[in-house]
Amino acid sequence: MAGQAVPLFHPGTSLVHRLGAGTKLLSLLVAGVALTVWRAPWQIAVAFVVVLAAYAVARLPVRLLLRQVVRLAWIAVPLFAIQLLLASWQAAVGVVGSFVALVLLAGLVTLTTRTTAMVDVVVRVAGWLRRFGVDPERVGLMLALGIRSVHVVLGLAEEVRDAQYARGLRASPRAFAVPLIVRSLRHADRLGEALAARGIDD
Amino acid sequence: MPEIRVDAVSHAFGDGATRRQVLRDVDLTLVEDRIGVVGGNGSGKSTFVRLLNGLIHPDEGRVTVDGLDTVRDGREVRRRVGFCFTDPDAQIVMPTVAEDIAFGLRRRGLSTAEREERTRAALTAYGLENHADHPAHLLSGGQKQLLALASVLVTDPDVLVLDEPTTLLDLRNAAMVRRLVDGLRQQVILVTHHLDLLDGFDRVLVFDDGRVVHDGAPAEAVAAYRDLAMR
Amino acid sequence: MLKSRDLALIAIFAGIIAALGLVPAVSPFGIAVPITAQSMGIMLAGAILGAKRGALSVLLLLALVAVGLPLLAGGRGGLGVFVGPSVGFLIGWPIAAWVVGLLTERIGRPYRVVQGAIANILGGILALYVPGIIGMSVVGGLGLIEATTTSAVFIPGDLAKAVLAAVIAGGVHAAYPGLIPARRDRSAAPDRVSA
Repeated sequence: MAGQAVPLFHPGTSLVHRLGAGTKLLSLLVAGVALTVWRAPWQIAVAFVVVLAAYAVARLPVRLLLRQVVRLAWIAVPLFAIQLLLASWQAAVGVVGSFVALVLLAGLVTLTTRTTAMVDVVVRVAGWLRRFGVDPERVGLMLALGIRSVHVVLGLAEEVRDAQYARGLRASPRAFAVPLIVRSLRHADRLGEALAARGIDD
Repeated sequence: MPEIRVDAVSHAFGDGATRRQVLRDVDLTLVEDRIGVVGGNGSGKSTFVRLLNGLIHPDEGRVTVDGLDTVRDGREVRRRVGFCFTDPDAQIVMPTVAEDIAFGLRRRGLSTAEREERTRAALTAYGLENHADHPAHLLSGGQKQLLALASVLVTDPDVLVLDEPTTLLDLRNAAMVRRLVDGLRQQVILVTHHLDLLDGFDRVLVFDDGRVVHDGAPAEAVAAYRDLAMR
Repeated sequence: MLKSRDLALIAIFAGIIAALGLVPAVSPFGIAVPITAQSMGIMLAGAILGAKRGALSVLLLLALVAVGLPLLAGGRGGLGVFVGPSVGFLIGWPIAAWVVGLLTERIGRPYRVVQGAIANILGGILALYVPGIIGMSVVGGLGLIEATTTSAVFIPGDLAKAVLAAVIAGGVHAAYPGLIPARRDRSAAPDRVSA
């Protein structure tokens, strides 16, 4: 269970991997704007060529691309059908094609950028919000604490599940969630105390 | 050694029907090198040690560390008094080993190079150099407690308070913590149920029902505590 | 200013919501759409931590997803989820937790399951589906009516989860009191300290 929180980042040394996280995020933003403006079928085709070329340059395994396509199918296929029915095939290609291309591009950024580099970007952006009372150091701390806490709670979830099996209980959502949450909250008490001892409130 | 003064301290939790008095008029001056604290569950010993770095503010009385008030000068006190808890999982706050050690050094006015240097030195000193970039949740229980200790000691406090640091560890890891504590230059205040950890300590306090009921050398204090437990 | 204990509760609850996304999907009433416990986690964040901390813990979870952790139900994550048609629901998540929390704080301590379930429905479904449907309409190029119909498949499951979340919140508040203010004295939120 704990293995499931492994970052999606796929290590590599390609040009795409070496690009700065900020640059990649900015490109994604530009692509997002472009794809809301340009949605003619040939433009969508160009977008797909660009995205697939970027995956090729990043030298990512094809299965990582296919997995994302499969995950999108549950929403992409019905939407395509609805657009086809209510509008035209051009509209269907435009609407569904634009978001599928964008999701794949966003996936590429995630797959080629280290979590730590992404956290740095978030902290940098938080710095711009300083005048609104946002403390970038605290934002960075919360992200780190969040990553750590995910692993802690997944560990607790395993313990709760084991305890249930040991007592022969069936895994009902309530019998799982209540002890998991209570244990986690007690853990949060100890964590809060440790943070205070390490001077977080000072 | 630093001087910790506890003046006429009383403390209670809750209010109304759930109010529970946990410390009653405790008066102590702690100057010794190695001080042990023992007592049953709910005797007040955990609350007592949390007063020493201002984690808990006393309802009555005051606590000072080298003249610094734990309430008024809490920030300064916490820089001088490091605290190590029972559950290492709850005190490791950063995702990886090196990041957690470096975390304690932030806002200390150190340059990045100094921070990295001290982090590297601590990793080596506590045998964690091969785990620097490992996620903390993949460490063993003993390694986690080592990391928790390293993260506190890297800030070089004058006093180290340990609240049952070996309760969740096996015997081998408990012995390792003991050896580590033996070698420290800091004043150490150790709360424990592992009475053999207190061999060679300068002073042991026995708590019962919010009071210090015995205060002396380890052998007699341990005997007094055993008497208390059997009563 | 958030104190260290608030920070700890926010971080740990983000972990809880992530863990609930891993609970195997169940199909109540034999419907075809599999549901996971994750959207229940959003309601629980508000129903257990209250408005501010609840919404911040959901926001933190989304930030962790954005930086590349696969913490959404079924192991989804990364930036892709923020540009797909369900982005409106993700934007709605912290709002939902905030509304549920606000209503739960109104109920006060001791927690009441029936009123809690209503709070979960108002916050976790009504407040969630408004941005959700708008997002579906914008990204999916649908009219609001079609977007509403498409989203409506999930409503029966979410109703069941709203009730279940209230039952769970009741259990948690009984075992761990002090997170929401008492009914008589709403101004003071007593801090729970372990001895």
